[in-house]
Amino acid sequence: MSLDKAAVRAIAELARIEVRDEELDHLAGELSGILHFVEQLAEVNTDGVQPMSSVADLTLPMRKDVVTDGGQFAAVLANAPDGVVEDQGGFFTVPKVVE
Amino acid sequence: MSELTKLTIAQARDKMAKGEFTAVELTEAHIKAMEAKRNLGAYIVETPDLAREQAKASDLRRQAGQAGALEGIPLGIKDLFCTKGVQTTAASHILEGFKPQYESTVSGKLLDAGSVMLGKLNLDEFAMGSSNMTSYFGKVTNPWKSKSDAAKQLVPGGSSGGSAAAVAARIAMGATGTDTGGSIRQPAAFCGITGIKPTYGRCSRWGVVAFASSLDQPGPMARDVRDCAIMLGAMAGHDSKDSTSAPMAVPNFEAALTGDIRGLKVGIPKEYRPDGLSDEIQQVWEQGIEWLKAAGATPVEITLPHTKYALPTYYIVAPAEASSNLARYDGVRFGLRVEGSSLDDMYKKTRAAGFGPEVRRRIMIGTYVLSAGYYDAYYSKAQKVRRLIADDFKKAFETVDVILTPTAPSAAFGMDENTDDPVTMWLNDVFTIPTSLAGLPGLSLPAGLNADGLPLGLQLIGRPFDEETVFKVAGVMESAAGFTATPEGV
Repeated sequence: MSLDKAAVRAIAELARIEVRDEELDHLAGELSGILHFVEQLAEVNTDGVQPMSSVADLTLPMRKDVVTDGGQFAAVLANAPDGVVEDQGGFFTVPKVVE
Repeated sequence: MSELTKLTIAQARDKMAKGEFTAVELTEAHIKAMEAKRNLGAYIVETPDLAREQAKASDLRRQAGQAGALEGIPLGIKDLFCTKGVQTTAASHILEGFKPQYESTVSGKLLDAGSVMLGKLNLDEFAMGSSNMTSYFGKVTNPWKSKSDAAKQLVPGGSSGGSAAAVAARIAMGATGTDTGGSIRQPAAFCGITGIKPTYGRCSRWGVVAFASSLDQPGPMARDVRDCAIMLGAMAGHDSKDSTSAPMAVPNFEAALTGDIRGLKVGIPKEYRPDGLSDEIQQVWEQGIEWLKAAGATPVEITLPHTKYALPTYYIVAPAEASSNLARYDGVRFGLRVEGSSLDDMYKKTRAAGFGPEVRRRIMIGTYVLSAGYYDAYYSKAQKVRRLIADDFKKAFETVDVILTPTAPSAAFGMDENTDDPVTMWLNDVFTIPTSLAGLPGLSLPAGLNADGLPLGLQLIGRPFDEETVFKVAGVMESAAGFTATPEGV
């Protein structure tokens, strides 16, 4: 599968990474090269093979649905990049999304 | 270079127990060495003040008769482990300035065992790379020099390149690494040290910045097999905070170093001799087989027929998981934020500015193979081939106890090599990736030097949760190899 510029732009949009127009050609070449490389898997017969999502032969452990931690307001917000105003309640901030 | 920095962890432990020197003295020697070798770029952040405090506390614990397994041992921590109050970046601009409010399970266990943290070690950005050239905070230089071209700057391997370089240059007695497709083993081989990726689930991933969650596994990097066994004993163990952490007891790995491997069967996979494998790698591998024979083990040729598909499988599975894991870097809760005209615009600008080219490339490939219409053709297909690769190993371990292969297809290469095409760079991990996909323990140890005087590594692969056999065989090979070479200035 070779990707064209439109496909690369669509992938970048899905991945939420801004890509400049002048980068599209180069990226299309690189990503197509990688896809070409991985496509050799097509020659492997995988009929009846169960996909392997983890090597751990574990049943996921269960625990009681109770609060185990909390009240760490300051720690949670300590690395927020912008606008944590504690005397206004303390929030993560984002650009305005509702007009 | 101080005599104290030349000791192994086991030697320093025994000498401190006898009162020959203190943790403070040992730590000071390492802080001095670390500062003298800043040219290597091994550390992103040095924490000398914290180290001194920890060393003092360690000496007090020892006086009180409460010495732990790593009491007073100065270690470096890969900057992928969250360390409370100390910047943790994954070598990415997007996490610059991030100070975790908690300690990762593994680094916390090392502190509980009495160790001292010297600082945070450089790596490829988000542990994606085999050269340590993709770090936002600068590349790491391999302390080893080529005899034929001493001016040539060599890579330390990656992604745990800072860890490997620091241990080789004696500016940490040991270090943590993480391994997703070879990130402990390949840099260990390039820098002439020992490192083990334990069985998936042996060490907790909690508090380790995630790359590919079904593959990531922390492990120790140190100067010899015994030191790795000591460190792994302190790092391993079940952790309820990581749901894939194995609820298994941690054996005494050091006690496995009995030196007796008589009767063991060692698998030699014929698929690990690809066309064009260099003679020097071939020779060191043959030498390794001879050492094991001489010690009473039996080499057995085995076949791992899906080996050639491991690399393409990995480069679907790992980017897919990475694209999902790295979705959290959105400029809202931590890390870099670049303002935009809307929420989406802020996400896109932040991620464009925060991620380097290799990370961006992998996120985009991962996004593509998981997208509607392509999921079955790529991701699901790769998961099926992954099972076939794991089954190959399962079958092989019905007849052998351990498998011996080269660690990497070459010695350390120059910083200007292998940079044009991402796929060429990925070939470095051709011998380590199959083990990762199967979740098995893999250890690399230095086995000799090539014609240029650069270290070459051999890899031992074991059954799941049988690190003990891996350590036992590695100990025998280490004695036979008698590898005492060090980089210049050590």
